Amino acid sequence: MERVHRRVRWAWLGGGPSVRRAAGVRGRGRPAGIAAFLQALPFAAVFAVFFVVPLLLTVMVSFWDYSAYALIPDVTLRNYLEAFEGCAGRLFAPAPELCTTLKTYLTTLRLALTVWLITLLLGFAVAYFLAFHVRTLTLQIALFLICTIPFWTSNVIRMIAWIPLLGRNGLINQMLMALGIVRAPLEWLLFSEFAVVLACVHLYTLFMIVPIFNSLLRIDRALLEAAADSGASPWQVLTNVVIPLSTPGIVIGSIFVLTIVMGDFVTVGVMGGQQIASVGKMINTHMGALQFPPAAAHAVILLLTVLVIIWGLTRLVDIRKEL
Amino acid sequence: MPRRMQRSISRRGALQGAGAAAAALLAPEAITGFPAVHSAEEKVLRYLGTAVNQSADIARKVKEDTGITLAYIPVTTDDVTRRVITQPNSFDVVDTEYFSLKKLVPSGNMLAMDGKRIKNFDKITPVFTKGTLPDGKRIGDQGTAPKKVMFLEGESSTKFADSPTRWATLIPTVYNADTLGIRPDLIKRPINNWKELLNPEFKGKAAILNIPSIGIMDAAMVVESLGDYRYPDKGNMTRAEIDRTMKVLTEAKQAGQFRAFWKDFNESVNLMASGETVIQSMWSPAVTAVRSKGIPCTYQPLAEGYRAWAAGFALSKGIKGTSKADLAYEFVNWFLDGWAGAYLNRQGYYSAVLETAKANMEPYEWAFWMEGKPAEKDIKAPDGTLLEKAGASRDGGSYAARMGAVACWNAVMEENDYMVRKWNEFIAA
Repeated sequence: MERVHRRVRWAWLGGGPSVRRAAGVRGRGRPAGIAAFLQALPFAAVFAVFFVVPLLLTVMVSFWDYSAYALIPDVTLRNYLEAFEGCAGRLFAPAPELCTTLKTYLTTLRLALTVWLITLLLGFAVAYFLAFHVRTLTLQIALFLICTIPFWTSNVIRMIAWIPLLGRNGLINQMLMALGIVRAPLEWLLFSEFAVVLACVHLYTLFMIVPIFNSLLRIDRALLEAAADSGASPWQVLTNVVIPLSTPGIVIGSIFVLTIVMGDFVTVGVMGGQQIASVGKMINTHMGALQFPPAAAHAVILLLTVLVIIWGLTRLVDIRKEL
Repeated sequence: MPRRMQRSISRRGALQGAGAAAAALLAPEAITGFPAVHSAEEKVLRYLGTAVNQSADIARKVKEDTGITLAYIPVTTDDVTRRVITQPNSFDVVDTEYFSLKKLVPSGNMLAMDGKRIKNFDKITPVFTKGTLPDGKRIGDQGTAPKKVMFLEGESSTKFADSPTRWATLIPTVYNADTLGIRPDLIKRPINNWKELLNPEFKGKAAILNIPSIGIMDAAMVVESLGDYRYPDKGNMTRAEIDRTMKVLTEAKQAGQFRAFWKDFNESVNLMASGETVIQSMWSPAVTAVRSKGIPCTYQPLAEGYRAWAAGFALSKGIKGTSKADLAYEFVNWFLDGWAGAYLNRQGYYSAVLETAKANMEPYEWAFWMEGKPAEKDIKAPDGTLLEKAGASRDGGSYAARMGAVACWNAVMEENDYMVRKWNEFIAA
């Protein structure tokens, strides 16, 4: 009992020495050979060309000025000031109100958190089932493939496919009316926040399932038996053993889902009837009008926001130690 | 694996790789080495435009008549503008809208088209050159009316000329007058004004276009229809006018007037066909698409008039003085020669040179599409599908009735960046 507790606590705190040794984490002071650098070089080069350079360009352009048809190299705060235009004024006005950017972030955050919570619960349940109740590898793979079905269609198809289901004259409304549950068709089923959350959950739960499933598979089954033998109820096993040991998966899945939903504008646009604000859509509107500098400024603000969220999550669990 | 074998495989692999790389390097070299020979053999034009305008039928007919192969580069309206400004060497001919010209021309990336080299230059409809109908009647010129941006002062000038010159920014290809599409079977009463778009009677069943510069003009038509305000120029609003217009839209949005905003052609067809919306901004072929599913849909003429748009061809500055430019002129001349015009007219659009198009249409087709007369025979689309049965007539009537009632043209405002910020605010509201 004592041992189980200690191991679990260590895992929660980032793994005890034995865990770290087992995971192959080496101590400091060992000089990395030239071979290691060479091995890392190809990916580092790809990363530099396709990620670091574009990112630096984006930051640079966000400080440029622009006209209707040209980017004007400059160092100006215009784009950032316009992004937060009226924010202070409106917040402290007699009738306080949020400015466009804050309102948009609030909507986006609300959507992201709702989707995160639902995908977490659903994803954990599915991963738990796959890891502990499905015994054969073949069946696990088959069920996994089923989870990817939402990705087989394009966004346009998806948009067209939801109308016959959720639309005013759609299947669900017809069923509800035939059963006498509602008199008039429910309008909020489609082109609403509900529809956005539904589509996001439908799409992104997989990103929660995969890392959590991976964490669950690594749990030594002996721990579960030991916990049960020591008198823990199934609920206690879940909350004291399984969940703490699967936190790395949960955190990784959360990072996936939150970052995707924070930057999404296609699903929000299609399912929200283009009437729901999202940060991505704001950027997209600027891009459409050839206004790259304000789009870049909004992109930088979004990036910083998401980085803060990820930083917060990694404060909870040190992923590098856990992996 | 034994060492020797490993080495031999890797050497063979390396040789194969090197061979392929060399071939890849040599191939374009060979082409650029003998440009004259190759252009004589293969006449290819890279055609940048939106997918809607890039028809396979036109490409086939061009090939047949002139031997020119059109290499279509289909992108969205926004991306056409973006490519002209950022990658002028990635295309030979661009097909773009007149309202983009205020962004495109100052970039200096497009060549003016020389009227002397266009056979039917003088026959281009006065809608473009003078802003009048062929009978001389003046038509609405608010917004980016083509006559305002049709001509340049010289070949490499970036200044628009006030009166016709030899140098055209775009040689017009296609244009139309847009209005609201409605579902007469679901509305069950006559619709005659733009203000019906925001009538609470259609709460949750209206839609507008999700392109800020066009959406706001539709809203301005509504504001004028309500009698609230008359704009000096709906296509070039002041900040106060933008605020006023966006307020009307915002109030309607918050009251739940709109079901959705659409951006994609197919989305608009779907919204209307499924009955999600009963009144919305729409394009002419989308109305046709709804109707061809057997669902009633009317392209409703309204008292306040139409919002018109127009598109045309220009050349990339990258092909100035080359044989590609000659090819491009040959293609543009072919386009105005009638076959393409007739093809466009049969889709409910209008062509730039009316008389050549007329010569390529059957008299009953011309009577239906252009004169607004009831169809003598069944009207078929270019692909042969039945559009209208004999006896039906076109929504809005004749060319003169529709183009004559144009109130404003698609436009980019001087306060465009303010308007875009306001649009984001509207979406967030």
